[in-house]
Amino acid sequence: MSSQPGFLHIIDVYKAYNGKVILDNIDLQVSRGEFCTVVGPSGCGKSTLLRLIIGAEVPTAGRILLEQQSVGPPDIHRGIVFQKYSLFPHLTVLDNISLGLRLGGRPGSKEMSGKEIYEEATAMLEKIRLAEHGNKYPHELSGGMQQRVAIGQSLIMKPKILVMDEPFGALDPNTRENMQLFLVELWEQEKMTVFFVTHDLEEAAFLGTRLLVLSQYYVDDRGNGRQVNRGAKITADYQPPATVSSKAVKQTREFNELIACIRREGFDPDFLQHAEEFNLKHPDSFQTLTREESG
Amino acid sequence: MDKSPEQPTRKPPRFFGIHARPGKAFSIVLAILPFAVLLIVYLTASEIRHRENEADKLLPKISQMTAAVQHMAFEKNRRTGTYLMLNDTLASMKRLLIGTGLAAATALLLGLNIGLFPGINAALNPFITFIAMIPPLSVLPILFISFGVDEAAKIVLIFLGIFPLITRDIRLAVHKLPHEQLTKAATLGASQFQLAYRIILPQVMPRLIEAVRLSLGSAWLFLIAAEAIAASSGLGYRIFLVRRYLAMDVILPYVLWITFLGFVMDWLLRHIMRCFYPWYAANGGHK
Ligand SMILES: Nc1ncnc2c1ncn2[C@@H]1O[C@H](COP(=O)(O)OP(=O)(O)O)[C@@H](O)[C@H]1O
Ligand SMILES: [Mg+2]
Repeated sequence: MSSQPGFLHIIDVYKAYNGKVILDNIDLQVSRGEFCTVVGPSGCGKSTLLRLIIGAEVPTAGRILLEQQSVGPPDIHRGIVFQKYSLFPHLTVLDNISLGLRLGGRPGSKEMSGKEIYEEATAMLEKIRLAEHGNKYPHELSGGMQQRVAIGQSLIMKPKILVMDEPFGALDPNTRENMQLFLVELWEQEKMTVFFVTHDLEEAAFLGTRLLVLSQYYVDDRGNGRQVNRGAKITADYQPPATVSSKAVKQTREFNELIACIRREGFDPDFLQHAEEFNLKHPDSFQTLTREESG
Repeated sequence: MDKSPEQPTRKPPRFFGIHARPGKAFSIVLAILPFAVLLIVYLTASEIRHRENEADKLLPKISQMTAAVQHMAFEKNRRTGTYLMLNDTLASMKRLLIGTGLAAATALLLGLNIGLFPGINAALNPFITFIAMIPPLSVLPILFISFGVDEAAKIVLIFLGIFPLITRDIRLAVHKLPHEQLTKAATLGASQFQLAYRIILPQVMPRLIEAVRLSLGSAWLFLIAAEAIAASSGLGYRIFLVRRYLAMDVILPYVLWITFLGFVMDWLLRHIMRCFYPWYAANGGHK
């Protein structure tokens, strides 16, 4: 994987709601072109981290940089796909896809004529394999098709990073697997940077060129009392076996060992690693602990 | 009923209980029934009264009413040279449509902006809530004094009577849109103006139509009240004018006619909804 470090930079980021710390001193550096997946127990703060990256919320402390620029409110440089509500129900599939181009177009590109927009949207429709469904409304599509539209709608803007929050979480297992293959193919074609949140370990290990575990199950030198307002940290950072566009990889021993290992490290409330001993194997990984955390 | 092997499933009842399945034909019979009862009760009562007193005015016979309609609707009035019922209808409909239209447009803009922009919400929402609390009829004298007894006062009464409720409804509809949409729109490059008018507004349009449908009843109420007090034409004006002569043969057809007009407007709005917003019902809206 050819990588330029420092594409997305998250430095000492905290997020608290009503005084309760959710994200606790997060450090993260993601390279361009990476398919970065984030797993963790439900409620640990995955979506919160994603909202900080997209700019829908601001960190309580710390900095988030995209190409050395501090990120602001959501903008055209960061695409998003949610589990639901990514599509506009009053627009047809084609109009959903072309919406970004019609609203103002891509940054720095010249104004497009209606015909150019139509052609590009149609090409995208083919790419997401929905060529015959352009005139339907979202509610007339299956869940998997809707998510493909949502992906196409974001991709047409050529964002620097595509952020996805459990995009396949509401799909049945079969559709889900097809969507995973579809996304991997698209990622290879488009050479995009993806930040993908899921609670499904297998999905994370299968899709990611980089796998982060976000979890509140760990210890550090702050002790264990009730007064410690501890939030989730990145407790593991892997480079899974090279992604292959085939689900055969899911049957290999290596793959399943990785999953078993992560399940223990991230999802077992009784398996508490010390913050200094996190499994941060990925070359881009870094962590700066405060003096309280590692005394 | 005992469960013999030949009868594995029991048919649902046709009328009684929460599992009833009345069926299409039976539903129509059931729907007609109360109307038929009302008609029979009326005809009987009317017959009895006329037998006692040939000149009874309270419950006119059908023939008397058709004669009155013939006179009001299909014969030129000798004094004014116009068809009275047509004239009254046009006058009332004009007031109703202008008042309701203005209220809908205002409420759409207000509700949209109050719902979307917290600053505007802080500035205007308490005020709208306050306005909504004023009983509209209590300000009618003020309206007559300030706008005169012509068209303006009646239109303003309808407007004041219904726009606060529609505004609050639109505001709620905006609030109910998933927050994800705002984020998504921003990532597609929507400016705040585009967000409000190209993404949110089309989505609350069906809600506006629904709110207008529900408000039409009140709109008629305010219209007729205003016409009853001061007007020289209009359906409400006529009803209250002929009341002095106990002309039930005119009043009853007029009431039926107003009901019919209301029904037609409701039907139109429902069809506009179905034709232009097919996605709405599928996304949790009412049919
Ligand atoms: N806007 C908010 N206000 C208060 N608490 C919140 C808010 N958003 C999230 N939380 C809390 O933060 C925690 C993490 O939420 P979230 O990021 O959605 O978890 P995940 O996506 O990992 O399941 C949860 O305990 C949730 O209750
Ligand atoms: Mg979540």
